[in-house]
Amino acid sequence: MGEKLLMKGNEVIAEAALRAGCRHYFGYPITPQTEIAHYMAKKMNELGGTFVQAESEVAAINMVYGAASAGARVLTSSSSPGISLKQEGLSYIAGAELPAVVVNIVRCGPGLGGILPAQCDYFQAVKGGGHGDYKMVVLAPSSVQELYELTVEAFNIADRYRIVSMIMGDGILGQMMEVVEFKDKENIEKVEKNWATTGTQMKREHNTITSIYIEPEILEKHNQKLQAKFALIAEKETRVESYNCEDADIIVTAFGTVARIVKNVIKMAQKEGIKVGLIRPITLWPFPVKEFEKYADVPKAFLSVELNAGQMVEDVKLAVNGKRPVHFYGRMGGMIPTQKEILDKIKEILNK
Amino acid sequence: MDTVFKKPHALTDTTMHYCPGCTHGIAHRLIAEVIDELGIEGKTVGVSPVGCAYNNYIYFNCDMVQAAHGRAPAVATGIKRVHPDNFVFTYQGDGDLAAIGTAEIVHAATRGEKITVIFINNAIYGMTSGQMAPTTLIGQVTTTSPFGRKPELHGYPVKVCELLSTLEGAVYVERVSLHDVKNIKNAKSAIKKAFKVQAAGLGFSIVEVLSSCPTNWGINPVGALEWIKDKMIPVYPLGNFKGKDLEV
Repeated sequence: MGEKLLMKGNEVIAEAALRAGCRHYFGYPITPQTEIAHYMAKKMNELGGTFVQAESEVAAINMVYGAASAGARVLTSSSSPGISLKQEGLSYIAGAELPAVVVNIVRCGPGLGGILPAQCDYFQAVKGGGHGDYKMVVLAPSSVQELYELTVEAFNIADRYRIVSMIMGDGILGQMMEVVEFKDKENIEKVEKNWATTGTQMKREHNTITSIYIEPEILEKHNQKLQAKFALIAEKETRVESYNCEDADIIVTAFGTVARIVKNVIKMAQKEGIKVGLIRPITLWPFPVKEFEKYADVPKAFLSVELNAGQMVEDVKLAVNGKRPVHFYGRMGGMIPTQKEILDKIKEILNK
Repeated sequence: MDTVFKKPHALTDTTMHYCPGCTHGIAHRLIAEVIDELGIEGKTVGVSPVGCAYNNYIYFNCDMVQAAHGRAPAVATGIKRVHPDNFVFTYQGDGDLAAIGTAEIVHAATRGEKITVIFINNAIYGMTSGQMAPTTLIGQVTTTSPFGRKPELHGYPVKVCELLSTLEGAVYVERVSLHDVKNIKNAKSAIKKAFKVQAAGLGFSIVEVLSSCPTNWGINPVGALEWIKDKMIPVYPLGNFKGKDLEV
């Protein structure tokens, strides 16, 4: 087995990116993710890679666009207000079909909001925060170990489909220290990037990276190609963890750090004779619709617990498709629900 | 028969879409001639702007990347950092570079990014049909300054070369014009030197090119060249602002 270390979540993201072969990082400081930049500033110097502290998140994502065009594995990281600034670039990257990995350690909004944990950027991440019809693969780790594994996988997915992979965590995950076990050797998929603008060397026709197609017939075809790609990703890359769903009285759904709280709630409920299941989407897009369909007839109800005003619950309702009632419980502004709060909500639903 | 004049290899055979009398075509040709003469086409990556030249990637034979409005210097930074031995240039207009992309150009220069910027200053927005640019002259009538640019309402023309030459990372800064043959030759020399400065890894280089826009100025092509000479040059004096004595 590999090396075991006690590390902070943000540093693990950076280390995982390096292990995945990323040698180009562009970012702008913002709490609570800046340790990623600190780690990269040191390590890229040692490894002969690129660390650029950009003048803004707008510039950083456009540097990512350039580096991805040139064929590199490239990372940027930020937090909610900074991710909003990156939306222009993300739309262009989607349109130009470039592979890149973007980390959002979400804080609470709207506006400058606060720096404490939240999941209020769910809509922005999964519905396409920028202009145009596009998707990003959105990965939602719930432990530091999973941050490592999914960050490595995010680079493979990005290269495989020429798409943005977003790692979405929160301040709890980014700031906490946990044991992480690194593999001795990473699974790095080698993808031929014959589309990249690396210079023709006078050996091929020139490559162009662009997202503009003035002719409507051509732009519609381009969009159809993108949609076909998104459909393929939905088929191949959906990830989900289910827990005690087979005979559950109620199935709770939660992602990221909230799912960990729910796992403890399940144990508390068991002592009181209440069977609680959990569906934890690991990919927020593609959303694990089939998993909800599979268990839609089992419980009396579903409950989505989120650190927002009710965002993923809309996708849960679409997936459950009216077969069972879908309830919501959320906290906002950096407040975290206690296990008892969630259990009380479960009892309230079941006793109705 | 001897060939005495031909299209540079770095330009494709595609017919350009620019208006009659527009000098974009001349600027493209000068860049392509320099790429040919330096023998760097296979190692050059250009960055296209947003504006009339948005699709100049179909005119250049080197690899090209189309950037969002104003972001070309950031995109070029990413491209150059991945392949430091490649030549990277951006081609940007005055709205792109001096309005929406002000932060990107200032900080690419501040960092001394080893890229070459070709800055087309025609004192107006072309593609969106003649709006006031940061470089629009005082008194100049545009679709968004229909009574002429007034300092009290619109401020003053931005002098990009003067501004950027205060930054240590900008090592070669020159303003040229395309209004006559002599100046076109000077423009080519400046573009060539800018690429050589990049080859030598000395830092950021920019050539500001005073250009015409007969369509949106509402002046005929010949009159537009006169307008550059008589109206623009007094506001935007030609010459080298930095790096004149660099041996490259």
